[in-house]
Amino acid sequence: MSGVLVLMEQRGGVWNRMSFEALAAGQQLAAKLGIECSAAIIGKDLGSLSSELTGKKLAKVFTVQHELLKTYTSDGYLTALEQLIKHAAPAYVLMPHTYQVRDFAPALATRFKQVLISDVIAIHDGSGGPIFVRQLLQGKLNADYKHASAGPCFLSVQAGTFRAESVEAGSATVEDFTPQLEASQIRSKPGEPFREAAQTVDLSAALLIVSVGRGIGEQENIAIVEELAAALGAELAASRPICDNGWLPMERQVGSSGQTVSPKLYLAVGISGAIQHLVGMKGSKTVIAINKDENAPIFEVADYGVVGDLFEIVPALTKAVLAAKG
Amino acid sequence: MKILVAIKQVPERDAPISIGADGKWIDESGLSYTINEPDAYALEEALQLKEKNGGEVVVLCAGPEHVTTTLREALAKGADRAIHIEADDLGERDTLGIAKLLADAAKAESADLILTGLQSDDLGLGQTGVVLAELLGIPHATIIMQVEVTGSSLKVKRELEDGWFQHVEMPLPALLTIQSGGNKLRYATLMGIKKAKTKETKTVQPAAPASSQAIILERVYLPEKQKKTEMLTGTSAEVAAKLVEKLKFEVRVI
Repeated sequence: MSGVLVLMEQRGGVWNRMSFEALAAGQQLAAKLGIECSAAIIGKDLGSLSSELTGKKLAKVFTVQHELLKTYTSDGYLTALEQLIKHAAPAYVLMPHTYQVRDFAPALATRFKQVLISDVIAIHDGSGGPIFVRQLLQGKLNADYKHASAGPCFLSVQAGTFRAESVEAGSATVEDFTPQLEASQIRSKPGEPFREAAQTVDLSAALLIVSVGRGIGEQENIAIVEELAAALGAELAASRPICDNGWLPMERQVGSSGQTVSPKLYLAVGISGAIQHLVGMKGSKTVIAINKDENAPIFEVADYGVVGDLFEIVPALTKAVLAAKG
Repeated sequence: MKILVAIKQVPERDAPISIGADGKWIDESGLSYTINEPDAYALEEALQLKEKNGGEVVVLCAGPEHVTTTLREALAKGADRAIHIEADDLGERDTLGIAKLLADAAKAESADLILTGLQSDDLGLGQTGVVLAELLGIPHATIIMQVEVTGSSLKVKRELEDGWFQHVEMPLPALLTIQSGGNKLRYATLMGIKKAKTKETKTVQPAAPASSQAIILERVYLPEKQKKTEMLTGTSAEVAAKLVEKLKFEVRVI
């Protein structure tokens, strides 16, 4: 058992953008440990994707192809990947922490009597093996995890942890791997992906965003945040719980299940800053956070922070902004 | 139709966090607990399915004595029965170990449908449901917003990234991990709380002691700041004036 195997994600011949972050993570982990890094693509008709990978610094590119892998099913992927991992025998299996990986990777690890270390945000050197850092309690704490078993170590890395641009170029040979797969093994029938309705709010293009979170307490209180957004000429956005409650439409949600934004100003009101929210806004140029909890993880990414009662600070700020604008 | 809902008890969201003496977990003394939020949505989905299709909702939770408060709340909201897997050593069991505990209890119930939240608010590994399905040998789907039961099969709406969704069909029995926001959560009524007292909570013991873990949580600590945050202090008016200064001269958006 040796080497790092990175499972790249694609749908219909298009990469998931996080795949190359996972590839960068895999190359770096392999270099640290002095072992080889390989990559695998799963699907059907993967020719052009695999030739893209032959230009990277990799020992091997496995193309795992089968008619039954054309569209994703957990049963299909699990059966094929179990066979691939037995064949390639990697010490580490590294994946991007995508929705698809969340659907199959825990069960894949189970097939090898392992537990996936999910949502890794950093990899450090440690005595007796690497240390994998993940967040606990909605980002309030970090935790160091170690793999403590003889089998392969399964990892998924959080979006934005590793840089796709840092993937090292080189050359790699392709190995086709045809899994044994029967139609009867696939129990679920996936439908075509769809969107609910045409999105009318494009937060990704907004210059200024005022975003509201759970700290607002009640739906009627959102008005004070709306007034601040209006005073600044900013778009109004929200964290997931606000949209879950139906207080603002889903299309105003920022985070891993909503929109990814990178405005000049992101003003977070009553948002604690769980990782799922931070991945959607950490590209913002300036972040201002107003929160009653001084330990809220939003302050980790904020340029300016105010600890206090948003019900006093937000109206005062609206007044001050309007006065400054004359 | 019998629906089993696996729930977890977690620290209250606003609970002040301090690191325990061993540096491996938080200090739980004086902590208050609540149902893991995604699990509350899983319970809500189960209760609505029962209202539509009839049947029974059984809630299942592993943990020490204090998790029974969360089970009682679930009974007050409308679950019919509860199963408490009494285990004080969850910290010594990894995801696979805990899923095995749940799987043993689930086998005895042979439910048509198992629901659980997509991840926990404390550990956030997001795996227990999928591993449980794998151990039971039943199909699963994750991050589910809507569930429709038609005879012996299911049609679910699965959330994908960036505002995309997908329908997936599968046969029963099956396991689903439920995303928050699919339904509106109900509160327990006074009548429900009264009724809960007459409902059965079965206590079962783990079949096996904690065995060696595949992954080990070595240390917890406060995260290092990624940015140098300038904290602004003063009265609301003073803070507002300071923020306007920054917006004008540093961020340059006014």
